[in-house]
Amino acid sequence: MTANSTHVLVVAELERGQVKGATLAAVACAQQIAQKTGGRFDILALGHETSSVGDALGKYGAGRVYLADSSDLKNPQADKASQVITQVAKTAGATVVIAASSTFSKDILPRVAAQLDAGMLTDVLSVTAEGNDWTLQRALFAGNVIATVALDGPVKVFTVRASAFAAPSPSSTASPVASVELNSAGQPNQIKFVSCDEKPSGRPDATEARIVVSGGRALKNSEDFERLIGGLADVLGAAVGSSRALVDAGITPNALQIGQTGKVVAPELYMALGMSGAIQHLAGMKDSKRIVAVNTDPEAPIFEVADYGLVGDVYQVVPELIQKLK
Amino acid sequence: MKFLVPLKRVFDPDTRIRLKADGSGVETDGVKYAINPFDAIALEEALRARDLHGSGEVVVVSIGSTDSQEQLRAGLAMGADRALLVRHEAEIDSLAVAKILAAVYKKEQPNLVLMGKQAIDDDSNQVGQMLAGLLGIGQATFISKLTLPADANEATCCRETDAGLEIVNVTLPAVITADLRLNEPRYVTALGIMKAKKKPLEELTPADLGVDATSRVRTLKLGLAPKRSAGIRVQSVDELLQKLRAETLIP
Repeated sequence: MTANSTHVLVVAELERGQVKGATLAAVACAQQIAQKTGGRFDILALGHETSSVGDALGKYGAGRVYLADSSDLKNPQADKASQVITQVAKTAGATVVIAASSTFSKDILPRVAAQLDAGMLTDVLSVTAEGNDWTLQRALFAGNVIATVALDGPVKVFTVRASAFAAPSPSSTASPVASVELNSAGQPNQIKFVSCDEKPSGRPDATEARIVVSGGRALKNSEDFERLIGGLADVLGAAVGSSRALVDAGITPNALQIGQTGKVVAPELYMALGMSGAIQHLAGMKDSKRIVAVNTDPEAPIFEVADYGLVGDVYQVVPELIQKLK
Repeated sequence: MKFLVPLKRVFDPDTRIRLKADGSGVETDGVKYAINPFDAIALEEALRARDLHGSGEVVVVSIGSTDSQEQLRAGLAMGADRALLVRHEAEIDSLAVAKILAAVYKKEQPNLVLMGKQAIDDDSNQVGQMLAGLLGIGQATFISKLTLPADANEATCCRETDAGLEIVNVTLPAVITADLRLNEPRYVTALGIMKAKKKPLEELTPADLGVDATSRVRTLKLGLAPKRSAGIRVQSVDELLQKLRAETLIP
């Protein structure tokens, strides 16, 4: 191995002790880079009681799976988590640090980039690496413009858009697991977790689901949203999503928001029900493979991106869909 | 309490984006500019805290050409006390912006940096976190509620995360980044604009601050994202189900 060979560190994201599906997109990106550059990749997971994720992350040919396990990392905050990632990146000699885009990685990775004095890109769609010349693509202006950019410097950091990368290929040999030595005396303690209102819904996450059923302004209250959007999602085994208008109105929680400032999804099927299709919302779903739109207004902009449009009232159309799919 | 609020000059959010014919950049002819909406929310929050406390100072800072004076004057018209413009014309990445802001922070010594979580042009969502990392201070990102008593040594923040609403306490000084639901920024009044003309606006350069503003990110080319074309209209739920089943999208 030469001194300047590429060495990727993938930061995994855990949710209730399990690896989030989107993390595998970052692993797939790392596999691509390692293959193109003749380099290697490792994976780092941070959390508490992480022993079971070592096996899950060890299936993809990583040189090593690092586990940073501490009660301090149960709800990882940016001060401690960034210090651990920076420490592992430096010790392992990582030249690239990546993670799947999410509020977790967006909170922590820029801090890591600053600590490594590395340039960073958010929501990368593709990577071309030839020697030291790296060009990457990412979206600007609410997804309307695709930029091709060079990322210079000895260390590079980026987050990848999960929907832009296919699943990683499995490896026949399990990766060795190493635990990260954590020196709790030297840990920063500026951010203290108090609580999170996370309510496991039993439904898949919108960034990982094959079908997303999403509701907009036509839904008048939370009960109707749950009965219609939730009800249809459940007969399809789908995730639920929401427009910003419903979050602002207090009808849906922020965690459901799809769009420029919420989650970006690209499922096989996206059902946009009772929503107009503001550009900020389109930024979060227009790469879906198939889009269905239902809206009473035949001129609604959502119909301009829909593969199948049905002019109608969600209060009539959705119950009929649920009944016929049961 | 002293607040530092960075303001980025961006295209008005309703602008229809057009590219230059050679793909070298975005067409700026006839485009209207605004304060990045997330930054305006951050400024509103700082102004409310100052006014609630009955004392304190809000300093706005921008990095860019002299054109950015327009957004700084708008920030002063909203109620900020004074403004700093760091003159820099070349392409700049988030890390270089964070380095400039870190130097401004050291000069100004604020109790809190309040800024937008992302700019609506490049959607990077990096600078606040990088700034906190460079300074080794706490951060709270994507916040929708801030509790900040006048004599506090920590702030209680409600963060909008993928999992749900997370509450954290962050030790001051800190960097806090605003999400959309934090507040609704005030409108600028004629009186505010008159007052803003008399408020101080200082100009300096990255070199004055001792910062190397070289960008590690270089834009090579811009292209319009592929447009989806409209598909077909179906006339009934049955027809819709038949189409989706034909593609085996649903059972």
